[in-house]
Amino acid sequence: MTATGTATIRVRLFARYAELVGRAEAAVSVSLPATVGDVVRRLRDEVPAARALPERPLAAVNLRQVKLDARVEDGDEVALLPPIAGG
Amino acid sequence: MMSYVTRDCLSVERLLAEVSAPERGGTCVFLGTVRNGSEGPGVTAIEYSAYEEMVEAEFGRLLADAGRRWPEARIAVRHRLGVIPSGEASIAIAAAAPHRAEAFEACRFVIEEVKRRIPVWKKELRVDGTETWVDPSGHPTARPHA
Repeated sequence: MTATGTATIRVRLFARYAELVGRAEAAVSVSLPATVGDVVRRLRDEVPAARALPERPLAAVNLRQVKLDARVEDGDEVALLPPIAGG
Repeated sequence: MMSYVTRDCLSVERLLAEVSAPERGGTCVFLGTVRNGSEGPGVTAIEYSAYEEMVEAEFGRLLADAGRRWPEARIAVRHRLGVIPSGEASIAIAAAAPHRAEAFEACRFVIEEVKRRIPVWKKELRVDGTETWVDPSGHPTARPHA
């Protein structure tokens, strides 16, 4: 069954993305069903500086990398990840 | 609880102690070290930052994947975060297995997967006060110190 209603998503930003937006965290509300891509669009609508982010960033939900069509649920943590440069 | 990240200097001896055993005759160690001047002169240090909760979770999944491919191997890994001067190590991996082939393969697998999966970012700090996010997939963005 698909969840309906409104979900509050915690969005976290890291490294260059946090610098571009001027913050490391935001909360956005989306109508369910919703995807990570919907969360990115909502963030770009609600936080003007977030328009500096790419439209299709690398993303994770609840500590796992996902594609932008992955579903989100109320209480999820979505992270937008700049290109990984570890090691 | 054991963590895969640290802000201290990396200790190869500590990693070796975690993987060594008499039945494992081959051990491979990889150290990734901060270079100076990868994109030009004057890099004095690299500042590493991370999504630390995901780094811990993803390293757990990565080592589980390695464990399925090389069941007899034991692997230990640490990633250092914070400002690391050039010449010092940012990541250390030790892989021990009954024979050298598995040790080399497992160690190589882990560093390649780190580059692909572990959410860590680095910013080059330069002598002239500029800093640059390292973007392996695109163009670096220079900006002055605030």
